[in-house]
Amino acid sequence: MIGQSSSRIFLAHAVLILGILIVAFPIYYTFVASTQTLQTILKPPLPLLPGDQFWNNYSEALFGGVGRIGGVSVGRLLLNTTVMALGIAVGKIFISILSAYAIVFFRFPLRMVFFWLIFITLMLPVEVRILPTYKVMVDLGMIDTYAGLIIPLIASATATLLFRQFFMTIPGELVEAARVDGAGPWRFFFDILLPLSRTNIAALFVILFIYGWTQYLWPLLVTNSNNMNTIVIALRRMVSFADADTQWHLVMVTAMLAIVPPILVVVLMQRWFVRGLVDSEK
Amino acid sequence: MATVDLKDVKKVYPSGFEAVKGVSIAVPDKQLCVLVGPSGCGKSTLLRMIAGLETISSGTVAIDGKIVNSIGPTERDIAMVFQNYALYPHMKVYDNMAYGLRNRGTPKDEIDSRVRSTAKVLELSTLLDRRPRELSGGQRQRVAMGRAIVRNPRVFLFDEPLSNLDAKLRGQMRVEIKNLQRSLGVTSVYVTHDQLEAMTLADILVVMNAGLVEQMGAPLDVYEKPASTFVASFIGAPPMNLLALTAGSSGPMLADGTAIAFAPEQARAATVGFRPEDADVTFNAEAPSGALVLPALVAAVEPVGAESFLHCAAGGSSIIVRVAGRATATVGNQLRVVAKAEKLHWFDHAGKRVG
Repeated sequence: MIGQSSSRIFLAHAVLILGILIVAFPIYYTFVASTQTLQTILKPPLPLLPGDQFWNNYSEALFGGVGRIGGVSVGRLLLNTTVMALGIAVGKIFISILSAYAIVFFRFPLRMVFFWLIFITLMLPVEVRILPTYKVMVDLGMIDTYAGLIIPLIASATATLLFRQFFMTIPGELVEAARVDGAGPWRFFFDILLPLSRTNIAALFVILFIYGWTQYLWPLLVTNSNNMNTIVIALRRMVSFADADTQWHLVMVTAMLAIVPPILVVVLMQRWFVRGLVDSEK
Repeated sequence: MATVDLKDVKKVYPSGFEAVKGVSIAVPDKQLCVLVGPSGCGKSTLLRMIAGLETISSGTVAIDGKIVNSIGPTERDIAMVFQNYALYPHMKVYDNMAYGLRNRGTPKDEIDSRVRSTAKVLELSTLLDRRPRELSGGQRQRVAMGRAIVRNPRVFLFDEPLSNLDAKLRGQMRVEIKNLQRSLGVTSVYVTHDQLEAMTLADILVVMNAGLVEQMGAPLDVYEKPASTFVASFIGAPPMNLLALTAGSSGPMLADGTAIAFAPEQARAATVGFRPEDADVTFNAEAPSGALVLPALVAAVEPVGAESFLHCAAGGSSIIVRVAGRATATVGNQLRVVAKAEKLHWFDHAGKRVG
């Protein structure tokens, strides 16, 4: 970008600003709608500035309980979704880092068979195996439990492959130096591999947390009780086809609240993995 | 304190490739043994077998008289300095050095005093809080050394530790390693492909080729009496001049018919050699006295400063002769290269030394 003429800089900025507007405006408009009364929302056009119902709407949604979804508060929904998203993200990272560790650093019979077994599960996304998985969950009595929400989604070929690729870039000399220094497999894992994987873990956590947060089909199947709903499902259920039935102001509040945790995760973890990028070097 | 004994050590890879084909070396206590050879000669594999990082296909490795074939690297009580240093990138210099001690359960205050005293010896005291990426190549090299020294192991193993440094630093570190090894008195095995490093560092020089030991001995003995044409051309820079011989009616002569004086036991030799510094050049018209008088045409002159190297076409091949100071000869000059009988090295058809 050196020696750019001012008109090109102007153009670049114009495109960027336009892009931001396209992305940000719907979110802003949702926020505006979440601060109006239901009557204002139902009577177009919707004002472009926030209304005066912020506290009323938000406290009603968070603590009051919303009729259409069985009187469960948005707070409860947020808790459910957070537990599920965290469980999926942490579980996926835990399992995939361990399996990648085994596949890259250990020589055992059928190693490549296991690797390919993990690899081909990429061809079996949740949707393809959803009925058998559901049956298994029913038989195990895991319907309407956090375990039922989390465990079927926890295996991750993608994350395993990602860690495998990263581990394979770790020089053999480093592994040998650790062996000479008396580090056994666990020590090597915790003292050397884990700290070196910080950046990868942070990046994966962000991706997987959002993946877990936005799950729709599986939570829809595996939860029957309103108390165990996730926020994405509740949001869908709050919208009825008959406009008059829908409490749009609360829908807007819920939508706003639903995007806060993913944004928080991105913002917080971004600082983390930028630091990781600056700090680490192989 | 410790000896290292290799007896008929072999390494065969699952693919069937034989990297080390039966090597026996005895390193006495406190000595520095250098394994030198071209890449792929098996020297690094051998070192890694001593370290316990590579399994031994057959033969035995003994440290201090105790066979360690089935013992892991940790229990062998060795320390290794790697070519790329292999410092832990996320640890500070202090932790890099302390890591091995911590894993062995050394008390904290002892770790601290040992790390600090080692750092002092290596002039790393001010760098203890840095991370490896904040260090220069030479400093990283020192940390890698420190990590080995701080453990106070029975044996040091060096795997081409200086090959990533620039020439000046390499010369400096070479002297430092030698002094450290002397003062610490730790038995060491050092792998390099650099014959200069090998010559200057070694107490025992082991020249390897194609998985076998070509020659073993004190560096200057190896230099003065190379056991084969391989050793003759590998040790010494520039390498020894080797000239092919043909059988004449009265005994061997050079390929181009130049006569050469030889002793009876040298009659069956197929190659004769002399070091660049062991020959004189002369412009005199009358034939000088010497075992080998070789008319030569100067093809190139390399002035190095204290000496000059003349690249000449002679005896049907190309040879290099060293002359002190500035060379008076220039490209295209005809001159004669003269070597004395006692400076000639004779080798048979298999490349082995004769006489």
